[in-house]
Amino acid sequence: MTEIKETNSRTGKIALALSPGGFIGRDVLPAAPLLSVTQRDGQLHLAAAGAWTAPHAAELEVLVDSLATELAAAHEVAIDMQGVREFDTYGAWLLRRLTRAWQERGQQMRIAGLADRYQGLIQEVNQATVAAAADARKSSVRDGFEALGRSLSVMGRDFVTFVAMVGALCLALLAATKRPRTFRATSTVHHLDRVGWQAVPIILLITFLIGGIIAQQGFFHFRKFGADEYVVDMVGILVLREIGVLIVAVMVAGRSGSSYTAELGSMKMREEIDALRTMGFDPVEILILPRIVALIIALPLLTFVGSMAALYGGGLVAWLYGGMSPEIFVARLKEAISLTHFKVGLIKAPFMALAIGVVAAVEGLKVKGSAASLGLQTTTSVVKSIFLVIVLDGLFAIFFASIGM
Amino acid sequence: MRPLKDIAAVRVRDLVVGFGNHVVLDHLSLDVRRGEILGFVGGSGSGKSVLLRTIIGLLPKQRGSISVLGTDLEHVDDIQRRAVERRWGVLFQQGALFSSLTALQNVQFPMRENLSLSQRLLREIGLAKLAMVGLSERDADKMPSELSGGMTKRVALARALALDPELVFLDEPTSGLDPISAGEFDELIRTLQRTLGLTVFMVTHDLETLRTVCDRVAALADGKVIAIGDMSAMLSSQHPWMQAYFQGKRAHVLARERSTMGV
Repeated sequence: MTEIKETNSRTGKIALALSPGGFIGRDVLPAAPLLSVTQRDGQLHLAAAGAWTAPHAAELEVLVDSLATELAAAHEVAIDMQGVREFDTYGAWLLRRLTRAWQERGQQMRIAGLADRYQGLIQEVNQATVAAAADARKSSVRDGFEALGRSLSVMGRDFVTFVAMVGALCLALLAATKRPRTFRATSTVHHLDRVGWQAVPIILLITFLIGGIIAQQGFFHFRKFGADEYVVDMVGILVLREIGVLIVAVMVAGRSGSSYTAELGSMKMREEIDALRTMGFDPVEILILPRIVALIIALPLLTFVGSMAALYGGGLVAWLYGGMSPEIFVARLKEAISLTHFKVGLIKAPFMALAIGVVAAVEGLKVKGSAASLGLQTTTSVVKSIFLVIVLDGLFAIFFASIGM
Repeated sequence: MRPLKDIAAVRVRDLVVGFGNHVVLDHLSLDVRRGEILGFVGGSGSGKSVLLRTIIGLLPKQRGSISVLGTDLEHVDDIQRRAVERRWGVLFQQGALFSSLTALQNVQFPMRENLSLSQRLLREIGLAKLAMVGLSERDADKMPSELSGGMTKRVALARALALDPELVFLDEPTSGLDPISAGEFDELIRTLQRTLGLTVFMVTHDLETLRTVCDRVAALADGKVIAIGDMSAMLSSQHPWMQAYFQGKRAHVLARERSTMGV
């Protein structure tokens, strides 16, 4: 946009106009400038014309704001709105801005020629009180401390809600053992199908590949020392103690933990959980307990299945890549591993399942009304449960080392 | 030039809309005059919302023609279509606020997309629009999930009015509001309609709204407009559905109150 500002020395007339450039075509644009200014003996005469509407608001604002110096120099101001064909909230607002700047100095501005049908609009806009944007910037050091404090208190509260959820689960479980009929067996089986049975193919595939990769890497590097046969020890121990359960837990956290959070979160959003509560049911007992029980049953089973698939993958790679016959692999595996290794892996599984389930439930119940919050909570659920799974694994490693398993 | 009142803001002719074999709107014709508030009534599932959604182009029609603000939207290109769409505002039944934006950002959204305004003007106009629908600056930074039902409708109305449209479609504006809020909302619609010179097409069930706000009422049954006119014409209609609707139990309560209050 180019601004044309020409001054006629004799009349002191300044014409302000902007070249056509709005999004409406030229034919719709007003021929006369939106605002033209005549100056005489300190008296400022403003003549408005054309369409004072939303499409022209941007140009109008530039014109109105550019008048600040002329307004400051003037003793008296009159606005003639006769030429205005169209007028809307945007025009009314800018007219208000024009008059406000003047009125703040305690002087009156005459507005003439505005059609009666727009008077209501002017009044409506003048009633609206709008404070200037508060631009309060705090010091960055204080901001930093504030953020730190906030995140610490959030962490503290998260821990409390986690423990509270475990407590609520224990209570629900206690109630279910007292009155076994109240336990939702159907729901549990349904969730067992979803998180257990339906997860088997993907778990098999992934652990099979991981087992194969470990064996391949083992052969590639151990061969340099002539220690080929120790690959079997590595694959066996690593898979049974750590990798099998970790991979499965991470998969389940991403696959089932996220869906638990999303389900519970959308139920929370649609007030289904509140509805349950008002009917005298405990949402923990009805919704959360069956899900977590299903997870606690499913994860050890999936770990077993996954570990077997990983060993199979390792054996296959040993045969095809390492040239070790299956008979030797199995014989070597029998020597290398004991039941202890198997138990160490499997004992961890239900605890990881509990952590995943509780985190998923807690995050699901934290969902507020918006779709964005559902997404945020689901992400948080997956990130937190994977983090907790790794932390638990570390704690178990210390524990098993100290009891000599 | 003809007087503005003569050109229909919305002209629907012979409209047929259906899903599969089920015909919802059966050769329906309707005119919404400029500058009027037209209330549109009909039983649940009779196709009121279907008509509204067909007019604004969310549902496909099978036959007939619809022209909005003098433009037949079927025969225009995307640019012309968008130009017409900028001249109308829609208030959805549930508000349909963008849940990831604050109240103020919701109102600013159409302005931001369609007009190249300065940050200052954007903020000022956004707040002014919120003030016009009766919301204070404290509410401006709230997320939609923190707003009450009435406030949600107000923000949604402010968003529908963001670009100063000529035509506003309201889908059950007062449903789910308490009588006081509903009354205030009626008042608000009336005031804004007068000050902004709006044409309003309103789908509603609220007899009180129909009585106090609407210039004309149209009734939909069996996929057709069975009656159109002012409220007294509705009350005197002999059509059985109309009698059940306007002179049913709930209508009687209203009528009784009106007579005791001497209105």
